[in-house]
Amino acid sequence: MAAIKAGEEYGFFTDTSICIGCKACEVACKEWNQLQGDSPAFLADSFDNTGSLDAQNWRHVKFIEHVPDQSATAGNGTAWLMMSDVCKHCKHASCMEVCPTGAIIRTEFNTVFIQQDVCNGCRNCIAACPYSVIGMNQETGTAHKCTLCYDRLQGGLEPACAKACPTQSIQFGPLAELQQAADVRLATLHSQGVTQAQLYGRDDKVYGGLNAFFLLMDKPETYGLPNADNAKLPSRNDLGGYLGAAVTAVLAVIGGLVAFRRRGMS
Amino acid sequence: MTNHWRDIRHADLILINGANPAEAHPVGFQWFMRAKLDRGAKLIHADPRFTRTSAVADMYLRIRTGSDVAYFGGLINHVLQNNLFHDEYVRNYTNASFVVKDGYGFNDGLFSGYDPDKRTYNIATWAYESNARTGYASRDLTLQHPRSVFQLMKAHYSRYTPEVVSSITGIPVDDFKKVADLVGQMGKPDKVMTIVYAVGLTHHTTGGQLIRSGAVLQLLLGNMGRPGGGMNAERGHANIQGNTDHAISWEILPGYLRIPAPGQKTIADYVAASAPKKSDPHSWNFFGTNYSKFMVSTLKAWYGDAANKDNEFAFNFVPKPAQNSSWMSIYDQALKGKMEGLILSGMTAASIGPDSNQVRQALGNLKWLVVMDPLPTTSSEFWHAPGVDASQVKTEVFMLPTTHWIEKDGSFVNSGRWSQWKDQVLPPEGQARHDHWILADLFQRVKKLYQSQGGKFPDPINSLTFAYKDPAKPELDEIAREINGKDLSTGKQMTSFANLKDDGTTTTGDWIYTGSYLDTGNLMKRRQGIQDPKANDPTGMGFYPNWAWSWPLNRRVMYNRASADLDGKPWDPARPGIAWDGSKWVGDVPDYPATMNPRDPNAYLPFIMNGEGVGRLFSNGMVDGPFPEHYEPVESPVANPLHPNNSASPVAFLYDKAAGRPNRFGTPQEFPYIATSYRLTEHEHYVTQHVPHLVQLQPKPFVEIPYELASQKGIKSGDQVRVSSKRGKVEVLALVTKRLGPMTVAGQKVYQIGIPIHWGYVGVSADSDPSHGRYWLANALTPFVGDANARTPEFKAFLVNLEKM
Repeated sequence: MAAIKAGEEYGFFTDTSICIGCKACEVACKEWNQLQGDSPAFLADSFDNTGSLDAQNWRHVKFIEHVPDQSATAGNGTAWLMMSDVCKHCKHASCMEVCPTGAIIRTEFNTVFIQQDVCNGCRNCIAACPYSVIGMNQETGTAHKCTLCYDRLQGGLEPACAKACPTQSIQFGPLAELQQAADVRLATLHSQGVTQAQLYGRDDKVYGGLNAFFLLMDKPETYGLPNADNAKLPSRNDLGGYLGAAVTAVLAVIGGLVAFRRRGMS
Repeated sequence: MTNHWRDIRHADLILINGANPAEAHPVGFQWFMRAKLDRGAKLIHADPRFTRTSAVADMYLRIRTGSDVAYFGGLINHVLQNNLFHDEYVRNYTNASFVVKDGYGFNDGLFSGYDPDKRTYNIATWAYESNARTGYASRDLTLQHPRSVFQLMKAHYSRYTPEVVSSITGIPVDDFKKVADLVGQMGKPDKVMTIVYAVGLTHHTTGGQLIRSGAVLQLLLGNMGRPGGGMNAERGHANIQGNTDHAISWEILPGYLRIPAPGQKTIADYVAASAPKKSDPHSWNFFGTNYSKFMVSTLKAWYGDAANKDNEFAFNFVPKPAQNSSWMSIYDQALKGKMEGLILSGMTAASIGPDSNQVRQALGNLKWLVVMDPLPTTSSEFWHAPGVDASQVKTEVFMLPTTHWIEKDGSFVNSGRWSQWKDQVLPPEGQARHDHWILADLFQRVKKLYQSQGGKFPDPINSLTFAYKDPAKPELDEIAREINGKDLSTGKQMTSFANLKDDGTTTTGDWIYTGSYLDTGNLMKRRQGIQDPKANDPTGMGFYPNWAWSWPLNRRVMYNRASADLDGKPWDPARPGIAWDGSKWVGDVPDYPATMNPRDPNAYLPFIMNGEGVGRLFSNGMVDGPFPEHYEPVESPVANPLHPNNSASPVAFLYDKAAGRPNRFGTPQEFPYIATSYRLTEHEHYVTQHVPHLVQLQPKPFVEIPYELASQKGIKSGDQVRVSSKRGKVEVLALVTKRLGPMTVAGQKVYQIGIPIHWGYVGVSADSDPSHGRYWLANALTPFVGDANARTPEFKAFLVNLEKM
């Protein structure tokens, strides 16, 4: 990969069709970012014992078992789904919108970053994130999430998870290159008859586009992700929304008047 | 591996049996995915469990554990019955044409020469017929002779019809036929298939034959020696290949030279009993021919000036074990009270089993036990394990803290035989010392005792070469140089084992590593890789000859002479191994004389290392049969559908029976479920019990239970369950899944339960659990029996009961 440069857009392309659920990304992330992780607990949920993304887990491999109970099965990445989840670094980032202190910024790599020395621990971002990515660090009292290895990028290194991924399921690079690679990969899968393969967050339909986008082997809902119909920010410049609200208000007033009038008549 | 990791991307079809590379070898697994993504290769995974490998396979087949000989046997039968084998290859490059001596036979599950009292075969009844004129084996290149290997083989495997295969393996007939169709296409010269396996094939009382059955299929299809082909063992640890090469097993010396046997007095006696014998006039028999050179050079490395012609190069210094000394035999001897002490280095006997409770009993029979390990193990702590009254254990246990591999330099030899040098990453902590420093120091102290106090036969101790700068602290670099060997007359490093001599003028510590460390430097340090593929991989085949060093002689694909036809043209020009250019062989380092014209009337046969000069479809090198045959595991829910009178291997070694201890095999009535054991990707052996980040990923011991069986028993994921065998029990959590399920075997419905190995009474999980891991040793369940050839335990197939607690 070419040198990492400030001013360019970077992200992750996570190709779940070749994820083997080894969790090297989870461990590499914790090692680099010095995250202790949560206290060990058996979750009885396939091979997942991490549970969710939070302040201590910035990569989380989801395991979704749809393996049919039969003698022979075509695997092909569709029967036992594995997905290394991560902060999506949304173009329309809810967390940034609601942050009252300006702690959450967009970096020179166009990633979403929480400045620890500005965060006041109000938790607004935790409530706002549609992907439940952010958590409170109990020791610092501040909000934590994937930094897309901001410190490594500044040093010219790719993020730890992408570096550790043995199958290149997690790819890091300039966003445009990743998008191109994803398009090629999707076309290959479709040509092989894997029609359920789809890209998530590759275009702007999901929160304006995700810097960390995915190739999924099933519907987004299967992975617990909002689909394109639902993946929208409440917007301040939504003309349709304003008009709708205005019409509703007028109707309400008229309705109220009618109601009063009827009461007066009776 | 006959081939290597990167080579797997050349395959058209990948059969994975007894292996779970996505979890056990995630980094190497990228090459499986490359084959699939780049060339549309199909992955077929046959396994008792739907694993993370199955998740990306094109076809997953639920197979009963230990039944792979039937699976491969059925494929062999399909290939033979439908003439789908690679004809030219089979005729010229295998022993299909060799004629077997009259008297060989197979009847009701027994090969000829069986002695039921000794439970052994007289393998002389499996010899080739000798040609009266030449003195070598008779051959019939038409393959029509009724006693030709080809015809015997065809008859032997004709019993493995799809229906029989299905009845044994549990794979439905139609699904098996789909696999057979795909495999059957791989005998064409422009197609190639690889078979990948791991301990899922070896850990059976039929382990050796399970692997051979795959190799036989590959020879029939003409896939041995070819890029994208081969029979590829994935090794279980970063350096287990190096361990094996340097004689971790009791029955070999470094470089797979046989351990001398009692009664052998001279090098000639030894070579006569150990070296392969030439059985065809065109066979080079390179190994057999040079056996004495390798042995004498090894003795010269060990004993220096004390080894000379007059004393048979100190051959009498080398131990000649009178009985089997394999892993289980050690604990068997301790159980019999015949061992005083034991040094465990880099492994924990109490966990790696089998039959952990009996092994712990064996450790308790010792006077002393030394454990060399970076961290506490179930062996160093066995004397005060939960439930053990420490006052009753008489064994004195010494813990010698050693460095972790990250704290030393040295080489790792990967599955593909590449010896890669690595640097020390961290300095040792605390009082930890390198294992080899502990052994060296110990040796110096023992030597001093011999010198001051004398003793029985001190010569081997006093004469041992120990020419290191600091004899108590040898550098791994010095040892690597020594392993390569040198020419004593010039003082120069040897460049090839072909130049070793048996006159005492050359040395080698392990002849297969000769050429790895030259006067110009340590070739294992080379790193000319993908930074410049054009320069570093001139053939484009991924050999990268200047990346590290692979044995033998930096060859990347073994038996590669067989990758080209009789004229020396690659079977598939798109995927050449080596090719004859008219004056020399080009491509990979040839497994053949570099300038031998293939059309020379005296040209050697392609497989230069064995006596036949060709691949063995029929072998008299195995002690349990010349053809692989399906036998049931020692504990099985069904009788062998092929020969119920001889259901399990008639020559499997039953330790308890041989020692007069009570038989502890369970019946299907008491223990109705099949169990198999394995590791998870989150774990490395047992050491990761001490790594918090990995403990978080798999925090508690569990067993995987088929959904249907769990429903019958009212077991839900997260419930506490007890799994018991005739030997012991585990009490752990349940993980209910449809990735395991019912199967029909011999007309009977059976279930398989999956038992990950890792946990015990040491480490983060045990420390935080109220039970302290008392019943967490998976190998408490496994039987104390061994494969007839290698005495490998049957970890992968045994019977258990399951209860909700």
